[in-house]
Amino acid sequence: MDTEVRTQIQFVKKGLRRKKISSTVWLNVMYLPALLLFIVFIFYPFFKGLQISFTNWDGFSQTYDWIGLDNYKRMLHDPNIGTIIKNTLIYGIGSTLFQNIIGLAYALLLNREMKTRGITRTIIYLPVIISPLIMGYIWYFFFQYDGGALNDIILLFRNTPLNILADPQWNVWIIMFVNTYQYLGIAMVIYLAGLQTIPRDFYEAAQIDGASSWQRFKHVTLPMLMPSITINIVLNLVGGLKLFDVIISLTKGGPGYASQSLSTVMYKYYFASMDAGYAAALGNLMFVLISVISITALIYLRRKEIAG
Amino acid sequence: MKKSKKALLLLTMVISIIHLIPFYLLITVSFKPVDDTSSKWLPPATLYLDNFINAWKEANLGQAFVNNILITAISVLLVVFLGACASYPLARYKTRFNRFMFVFFISAMIVPPLTILVPLYKFIVDIGGLNQPWAIILLHVTFNLPITIFLFTGFINTIPRELDEAAMIDGMSRFSLFFRIIMPLLKPVTVTVMILTGVNVWNDYQFSVFFLQSSESHTLTVALSSFFSQYVNNVGWVAAGSLLSSLPIIILYLFLQKYFISGLSSGAVKG
Repeated sequence: MDTEVRTQIQFVKKGLRRKKISSTVWLNVMYLPALLLFIVFIFYPFFKGLQISFTNWDGFSQTYDWIGLDNYKRMLHDPNIGTIIKNTLIYGIGSTLFQNIIGLAYALLLNREMKTRGITRTIIYLPVIISPLIMGYIWYFFFQYDGGALNDIILLFRNTPLNILADPQWNVWIIMFVNTYQYLGIAMVIYLAGLQTIPRDFYEAAQIDGASSWQRFKHVTLPMLMPSITINIVLNLVGGLKLFDVIISLTKGGPGYASQSLSTVMYKYYFASMDAGYAAALGNLMFVLISVISITALIYLRRKEIAG
Repeated sequence: MKKSKKALLLLTMVISIIHLIPFYLLITVSFKPVDDTSSKWLPPATLYLDNFINAWKEANLGQAFVNNILITAISVLLVVFLGACASYPLARYKTRFNRFMFVFFISAMIVPPLTILVPLYKFIVDIGGLNQPWAIILLHVTFNLPITIFLFTGFINTIPRELDEAAMIDGMSRFSLFFRIIMPLLKPVTVTVMILTGVNVWNDYQFSVFFLQSSESHTLTVALSSFFSQYVNNVGWVAAGSLLSSLPIIILYLFLQKYFISGLSSGAVKG
């Protein structure tokens, strides 16, 4: 390009830039509708929720009293809060652990060239697109007491069927299992994508150095997969901690409070016990719990990414 | 070498079969009459279709399908349009203020909708939005916008600015430049957003169960859940209803699985 044309382009660009500044503000009109929705449906309710949590509002009356921190004090004495938080953590941390271990194992398996790779991936991913509520019903047919598919097998070995969904010792783990089954396909796909980015030479070099396959996994694969690990762990933590649908379809949180999580118990207090103030406080607790856990995990894992 | 390859092939087949068990059970249960007490593992003896007919009638699935299609289609269109519009200034004019706005939009992703259920429900009741499709559509749009803006902004960042400048030299206004030049280029990421939002909205239960309580306004999941509490013992009906509700999305998935898998997974990167 000869210099004359170039200066001409520079000139036009400069003019544009000047014009740009004056019309930039106008262009911001384009995000106003989105901004309006955010303020109305997220930020306003968020602050309103803080306010409601300091009242004894029952959910429908026009009047209520300010009761200060009573709803939060009540949490400390709530006999069920221990179970509820424990369950929420099992749904969150338990599913995260299993989704990542199994998802990574599947990804390592399917990262090889073989005929069945595509179809297996399609099948493992299939549950992701099903409504979690429906996924709960499907597994209900498997675990149900009366005529459940699992009990058909159990009855071959012993005389009494298992009532596993009503068993407080077991049902929390069943719910965690169903959530894991449903979403491990996402973890697998993210790990598969991560594995594709590892250059082959790394493995060849490690092999020449005499590294065993376990050492190659530990020193090449895992460190190179750190970004995928971060995404998966944070994503699964948030997904599991706010789990709702599967609990409703499998146990409705019962028996009693045995399988309730913060999300389902909040629903119960609001609509069944008409205890909106307390429900709002539980919602805020859930918000704090989810953000603290996921942000801590994110920061910790990001640091590891850089260090590794 | 060959032997280990065969073992791996066998392993993938076993895994696939295990993962298909729930779907197999769903099918056998939905084709068996209530009085058929044979094991759920056994395939149905005859092609019994009454479960589907009854589920369709009793759970009013016809109406629920209409509601689902309407709510999903409008939500998806709005999310794509509002999301793309919002992302253009955020990607192109990175003033300090707009950088802040971008973070503001993205940060809404960390608010799980259920945590603000109480105030949100009160608000929707106050503005007369209970049982109204428009209210649930606006909620779906709002909560799907953060990830949409994240994806669109990222994509517009990769489109060379020279394109905008060239169009402006030709005398195009910024708005028509966006609609006529940028929008058509957004196709790949639009597919992602459509799948992500479409699946989310189609399958939603946690919003719909609160905000669509009247039976005319029920979506599929809400219709199924009220149906399930009514007919707990009639698993055949519930199974048939579940199968019908999931079928459209399963069929789409089988035809467009490449887009589904990459689309839903890029939505996952929001962490």
